[in-house]
Amino acid sequence: MARMNMIQALNSAMDVMLGRDPNVVLLGQDIGFFGGVFRATDGLQRTYGEHRVIDAPIAEGGIVGSAIGMGVNGLRPVVEIQFADYIYPGCDQIISELARLRYRTAGDFFAPLTIRTPCGGGIRGGQTHSQSPEGVFTHVCGLKVIMPSNPYDAKGLLISAIEDDDPVIFFEPKRIYNGPFDGDPDKPAVPWTAHDKGEVPEDYYTLPIGRAEVVVEGAEVTVLCYGTMVHVCKAAARLAEVDAEIIDIRTMVPLDVETLRTSVEKTGRCLIAHEATRFSGFGAELVATVQEECFYSLEGPIERVTGWDTPYPHAFEWEYFPGQKRVAAGLERVMEAG
Amino acid sequence: MPRTPRLHIPHPPARPGDKPDFSYVEISPAGAVPRPDVMTRLRDIERSLAFEMVRVLDENDAAVGPWDPHLDAHDLQVGLQHMVLTRLFDERMQRKQRQGKISFYMKSLGEEAVSVAGAMALDPGDMLFPSYRNQGLQIARGRNPVDMMCQLLSNSKDMCKGRQMPVMYHWARGNIFSISGNVATQFPQAVGWAMAAAIKGEDNIAAAWIGEGSSAEADFHYAMTFASVYLAPVVLNIVNNQWAISTFQGFAGGERRPFSARGPGYGIPGIRVDGNDFLAVVAVTRWASERARRRVGPTLIEHVTHRADAHSTSDDPSRYRSKDEALAWPLGDPVERMKAHMIREGAWSEKQHVELVETLSRLVDDAWEDAISYGTMTEGPWLDKNELFEDVFKDIPPHLIRQREQLREMED
Ligand SMILES: Cc1ncc(C[n+]2csc(CCOP(=O)(O)OP(=O)(O)O)c2C)c(N)n1
Repeated sequence: MARMNMIQALNSAMDVMLGRDPNVVLLGQDIGFFGGVFRATDGLQRTYGEHRVIDAPIAEGGIVGSAIGMGVNGLRPVVEIQFADYIYPGCDQIISELARLRYRTAGDFFAPLTIRTPCGGGIRGGQTHSQSPEGVFTHVCGLKVIMPSNPYDAKGLLISAIEDDDPVIFFEPKRIYNGPFDGDPDKPAVPWTAHDKGEVPEDYYTLPIGRAEVVVEGAEVTVLCYGTMVHVCKAAARLAEVDAEIIDIRTMVPLDVETLRTSVEKTGRCLIAHEATRFSGFGAELVATVQEECFYSLEGPIERVTGWDTPYPHAFEWEYFPGQKRVAAGLERVMEAG
Repeated sequence: MPRTPRLHIPHPPARPGDKPDFSYVEISPAGAVPRPDVMTRLRDIERSLAFEMVRVLDENDAAVGPWDPHLDAHDLQVGLQHMVLTRLFDERMQRKQRQGKISFYMKSLGEEAVSVAGAMALDPGDMLFPSYRNQGLQIARGRNPVDMMCQLLSNSKDMCKGRQMPVMYHWARGNIFSISGNVATQFPQAVGWAMAAAIKGEDNIAAAWIGEGSSAEADFHYAMTFASVYLAPVVLNIVNNQWAISTFQGFAGGERRPFSARGPGYGIPGIRVDGNDFLAVVAVTRWASERARRRVGPTLIEHVTHRADAHSTSDDPSRYRSKDEALAWPLGDPVERMKAHMIREGAWSEKQHVELVETLSRLVDDAWEDAISYGTMTEGPWLDKNELFEDVFKDIPPHLIRQREQLREMED
């Protein structure tokens, strides 16, 4: 075991997989010699060579398209898109091609890609370095969609994603690369070392795709969240003095309905939180799922706390970000209702 | 079974610790490239323009050859002034970022001539579509530095109302389009603007700038196709400053052919120009804009230059390139070359230059004091928080009115 931050854990996952499987290759902008703008691939080109850790031209459509070709020809590409905000030029290749290749060829062709991309705000990145576009991809059938909230999960899930024969979009909340962030920008940054999920095995291990995790047990309300918001929701529940059961969704597609149902049947209340915009966001799918599965257990309406339905601004970052206060207010509303 | 990979991977000639090596940059002597009439057929000019390098300033700082734009002393002085102001502005704003006064900054050190000469060679009514490293366009079009600083500060006078990261300016009245954080998107947009001008029968043209790294994006190629198909009145500029972030120009396809040579492939003339030669940039931009205005068609210009500093304040170039690159760059520094030429022509003196730097430094410092009176990152006056919800749509829809109220309740 070692203490790792999220970058180190991701780096370790790729290191392990490059070592285990000669077909694993990494492809992305600035990932090779430089080691990535967030340093997630630091040192990997030195170890595995420039034919395994490959710098790419600035062309996301070209990166995804050529990675599909590599995947069809037996490789297992791990693509880095430098910011989730820059994934859109690759979207035709992702949505029309990658997601449907297996279906349209009745299983004769598939491309086992993992697309890693840093997402989320709270870094003064403005509208083109802060987006959380997971809902765009959960709406596409044929893609698995993951967002870890800590180093341990990040490594185990990334290895599973790389080994998975289906395409996986792997979102990395960049605000928590270096430490868990509870939504309060005025507090000094905390490193991962103090967090139990900052303890990460150096070797190979996997976490199953399709399993949520109950990170805090509670009796009064179920909080469904993922990524940075897991840490924000934990702090918000303390602030609101609510005995909340906090569930880290971890993998949005496929969704672990069983864990959600068990919890909501127990608590009878539910709040959903994400950083992404609200309208048609992934939270809407969660609301629908909870009401389909647990309608008769619910004691009040399901609450959503999300980013506003505007682009992510540079000024007013903390008015935009669904921080502790907004989640706590949401928790109070859920508890009062019904 | 061990594998023997055969895939070609481009390698820059020098990495940290190596001696910089720019021997791959092919340079024509000043004055050597003929200047064809703008009506000349593409097939008669494509080799000389796309593969040679248009240069006007020679080793003795004299302006020579058919591309000399014959600027008078006043225009030379204005050009130099804009370049020096751009450089001082950059230098000060980078310092402000280091002091934590602004969140991010990007300099254009070493590339000032590309934007300043480009803007000066075009008409004020021509629409400019910049990338994030063309602050010289704003300066040369006479934008008040205070306005630019207010954008950097996201303060109460920010033209973007706090919605964009620093350097993503726009200037509707100055005919400069909004800068996008997503690279290359401006290229086909500029072509469309030019198509609209042609549809409406108007004479203004469009011009766009893109980094050589970003020219790998599909948007670049869309722009070239549309410009060629419709003979759009547009000047398309690739700024080849040798580096994207950590990848050199070979990763954008520049290893075996200059970027200018992509033009003829699309049926568009490509001109390769010494981007650090102010006079040469003025001359080729004039040639290209004349082609556009006389309805001959679009032109692709490759400006060969060098990014002398980091990609941005988030970047550390010592990790991927040789430290002394800027000194070894064979095309020199655009400000120094222009200054030397003007002194030689009797249009400038060392004393005047010192005074200019002093005056403009004061101007930038005064502008900063003015700008921060409209608010900083930590002190008001602030933008109105309600603005967060404006301009998503022309009229604010009910769900955003509701969200605006929710924010207000939270703040109370
Ligand atoms: C669509 C998109 N992909 C990636 C990025 C990240 N990025 C920003 S600038 C840059 C390098 C661009 O290099 P170049 O076009 O050569 O311009 P320069 O910075 O050298 O002026 C990259 C990769 C981005 N902003 N947008």
